[in-house]
Amino acid sequence: MGRKLLLEHLNKANINTMEGYLQNGGYRSVEKALKKMTPDEVTEEVKKSGLRGRGGAGFATGMKWSFLDRNSGKPRYLLCNADESEPGTFKDRLLMEKIPHLLIEGMIVSSYALGCRTSYIYIRGEYMFILRILEKAIAEAYAKGYLGENILGSGYSLDLHVHPGAGAYICGEETALIESLEGKRGNPRIKPPFPAIAGLWGCPTIVNNVESIAAVVPIINDGGDEYAKIGIGKSTGTKLISASGNINKPGVYEIEMGISVEEFIYSDEYCGGIKNNLELKACVPGGSSVPILPNHLLLKMSDGNPRLMTYESLSEGGFATGSMLGSGGFIVYDEKACIVRNTWNFARFYHHESCGQCSPCREGTGWMERVLHNIEYGHGKMEDIDLLWDIQRKIEGNTICPLGDAAAWPVAAAIRHFRHEFEYHVKYPNRVFDEDHVYQPEMKMQKV
Amino acid sequence: MPKVTIDDITIDVPAGTTILEAARMIGENVPPAMCYYSKLKGSGGKCRVCLVKVTKGSEKDPRPMPKLVASCRTAVMDGMEVKNVTSPEVIEARKGVVEFLLVNHPLDCPVCDQAGECHLQDLSYEHGAAKSRYEFKRRTFETRDIGDKIKLHMNRCILCYRCTQVADQLTDQRVHGVLGRGEVSEISTYIETAIDNEFSGNMIDVCPVGALTDKTFRFKSRVWFTKPVYAHRNCTKCTGKVTLWYQGEEVLRVTSRKDQWGESEAFICNECRYDKKATSDWKIEGPAHVDRHSVISQNHYELPFELPVTQKKLQ
Amino acid sequence: MTEVQKIEFSPEAMLEVSRIVSHYPQDKMKSALLPVLHIAQNEFGGWLSAETMDYVARLLHIHPIEVYEVATFYSMYNTKPVGKILIEVCQTGPCCLNGAEKIVSYIEKKLNIKVGETTKDNMFTLKTVECLGACGYAPMFQIGETFYEHLTEEKVDMILENLKQEKLKAINN
Ligand SMILES: Cc1cc2nc3c(=O)[nH]c(=O)nc-3n(C[C@H](O)[C@H](O)[C@H](O)COP(=O)(O)O)c2cc1C
Ligand code: SF4
Ligand code: FES
Repeated sequence: MGRKLLLEHLNKANINTMEGYLQNGGYRSVEKALKKMTPDEVTEEVKKSGLRGRGGAGFATGMKWSFLDRNSGKPRYLLCNADESEPGTFKDRLLMEKIPHLLIEGMIVSSYALGCRTSYIYIRGEYMFILRILEKAIAEAYAKGYLGENILGSGYSLDLHVHPGAGAYICGEETALIESLEGKRGNPRIKPPFPAIAGLWGCPTIVNNVESIAAVVPIINDGGDEYAKIGIGKSTGTKLISASGNINKPGVYEIEMGISVEEFIYSDEYCGGIKNNLELKACVPGGSSVPILPNHLLLKMSDGNPRLMTYESLSEGGFATGSMLGSGGFIVYDEKACIVRNTWNFARFYHHESCGQCSPCREGTGWMERVLHNIEYGHGKMEDIDLLWDIQRKIEGNTICPLGDAAAWPVAAAIRHFRHEFEYHVKYPNRVFDEDHVYQPEMKMQKV
Repeated sequence: MPKVTIDDITIDVPAGTTILEAARMIGENVPPAMCYYSKLKGSGGKCRVCLVKVTKGSEKDPRPMPKLVASCRTAVMDGMEVKNVTSPEVIEARKGVVEFLLVNHPLDCPVCDQAGECHLQDLSYEHGAAKSRYEFKRRTFETRDIGDKIKLHMNRCILCYRCTQVADQLTDQRVHGVLGRGEVSEISTYIETAIDNEFSGNMIDVCPVGALTDKTFRFKSRVWFTKPVYAHRNCTKCTGKVTLWYQGEEVLRVTSRKDQWGESEAFICNECRYDKKATSDWKIEGPAHVDRHSVISQNHYELPFELPVTQKKLQ
Repeated sequence: MTEVQKIEFSPEAMLEVSRIVSHYPQDKMKSALLPVLHIAQNEFGGWLSAETMDYVARLLHIHPIEVYEVATFYSMYNTKPVGKILIEVCQTGPCCLNGAEKIVSYIEKKLNIKVGETTKDNMFTLKTVECLGACGYAPMFQIGETFYEHLTEEKVDMILENLKQEKLKAINN
């Protein structure tokens, strides 16, 4: 059994209440940080822990905190990114729904480190039921003196609020999130300036994912060095993985960084193998935006060693043979799954979610979706495959925010690794599906 | 003063200058711009036609920038080296952007009021492919009047956001905006609201394509059949410096004066634009200088021509 | 039954609005726009009419266009009327691997409407939405604030029937 730092008490009675949470050692890090540590010492522990942002990009959290402009004379804000809309990702939801106080505790300690007087949790609007859970927990924390004026007599004061979105994946991008919190359309800002200099209402701002902030709690409780002992290389600590697709045990798992992908898929502790005794065909290991990998590249790196669940190992080989850990949205496809259909589905998602500000993403995402739709429904031409490749290439890197890249990568990877399936769709337009869209077994991994 | 090199030409510019502005100072190989407008705060960064490659970040940090950057929103650093037309990567990306901009743009240049002074038309001559690879139906909207003076052809809009910025920055009540999301976003007032305030007409001048046009443009006429003439009058609301567009002896429309980048030199008020269409309202200065590499200039305008109306004749 | 609804928040809703507004600096009232629109949508029949949006604009001291811009950007705001029960089925990749498409067709057949339509009795509107963060518990749909997960045809029947009865009871009271 791997060590659990975040979900250790998941199944304890009343862990969602202040009482239950305190019984299991809750809010110790607040006592420790506010009473015995300076804000810089807290940041120092986070740096030592090697914690990397769990929202997708994997940027070192301590380093990000050190960019915050502390001399502007303006208020500083910490925003928790609970927008969680990346297809395949549902880990933050579990944390907030079941152990809301863990996030609140992390917010208090992190806000203290950053010198914030007010902080916000930006939660996607569809999670309104979780907003209510969080607000209840926040009220409990105020009542106990963990929030509000002069917390635990330390002299530090903090207000914490939850702000709902209203249905827009793009608001997970940090500057779009800020715009949205300001009551505007979720159009990402053009950077620079970066939020750490001018973010919410023009003030220095840090945006961190729910899981990143929750991880600050064990880091302060046990020390950054202790946290860094788990994992391999620059991938330290534990990571929540949301597993979905054609597996026996979908759900959220806390893993120690560094277990092998194979173990994660086949061990009964985690995914429990492929459903219906089918074969593993492919996997998107880090949320819909990251490249899909066929089974042979997924399980082994280019040197033949097993691929591990770490930032470095999953991206080994670059996009030619690798992928990314991303947000930890681990989507598994069995041999019957149709890659073309899935690629079309994701393309539709990005088309729907593009904010529409910049031309490559606004026009390119819709174009890709339509071409893929044609191929999927038997109206494709061979040239369409090259056209798709060209469109994605002209979106990637040329947009305001990374949503353009996120739309391009899945299409590129699907063509790179599964070109034969696209060609099969073009060649045999009538053979692909039965009426329930179930992939025909005869198509199984068929090369054209 | 930071020193920047663009396509092998070096220039000193004031700190904070963008790459695009520096290129304009050099005056050669200037990246095109569809959404950036130097007089509008916060404009630019959206259309992506001005992408350039930064091969050296600065003297202090010489690393190249990992992606192409929007030259209109990237400030130069001392020692920065930039490639515009000398980078095949930039040319390729720009071609891609132009293709994207044309994906949903109707091919109605023959009936468009803007033909001849359309930045997208210019751009597609320079960077477009002969034939669009887009085989799907273009998105379509109804043509609408927004107010009694402005017509909106949403089909032609490239969502540069300039007109909303004009409304925000020149007037105190914006009634139109960008509605919807992504590919189906549109410029609209949402409910039937007339756009009506002293400076609203400038939306027409900043529109890089033919999406917003002047309904009072009295006769349907191709721009290149009309003759632009500089004129001014004493106006209490604006500088009163305008361009009159003549056909024969008739003023068909009044616009602001455009500088060599196609931007208004000064914004003008609605009275000058809509209500002063008699030659007697104006003091004529002389033929307008049109020197953008546009379709108009390629047709006639670099040639001197006779003023349609001389001051003398008026007296 | 076409009584004209007066656009004004109930006292409880008003209280909630002031609580929300208090979360932001005094001169940043606009920040309350998204949460207040959620309340407005709940209060005024599940969608945002131009009148509702104008009311919210007045309340927050902003221009109506700023509200229209926001309301049309976010997919949770309905700018057209919807049925009493809005069914939002997730149709994104991971859910499809576990039968989301079948659930959509099943509901379409059962209610005799297509995605995007409302039943004649104005009871149900069927909508497909993108990933709701329930990929591991697929297939699923959201109705109101509730997630219904691990759906089967039988479960769908039961859920819809129960909700319908509840609505009818509420109307009759
Ligand atoms: C289109 C897009 C969507 C994103 N969605 C999320 C999200 O839902 N949740 C999240 O934490 N980060 C998301 N991110 C990443 C954030 O921009 C940001 O990097 C992250 O919140 C930083 O937190 P971290 O450093 O703790 O990971 C998204 C980024 C992009 C470009
Ligand atoms: S890349 Fe897409 S989502 Fe990002 S700013 Fe451009 S249009 Fe908006
Ligand atoms: S002019 Fe720079 S992005 Fe449009």
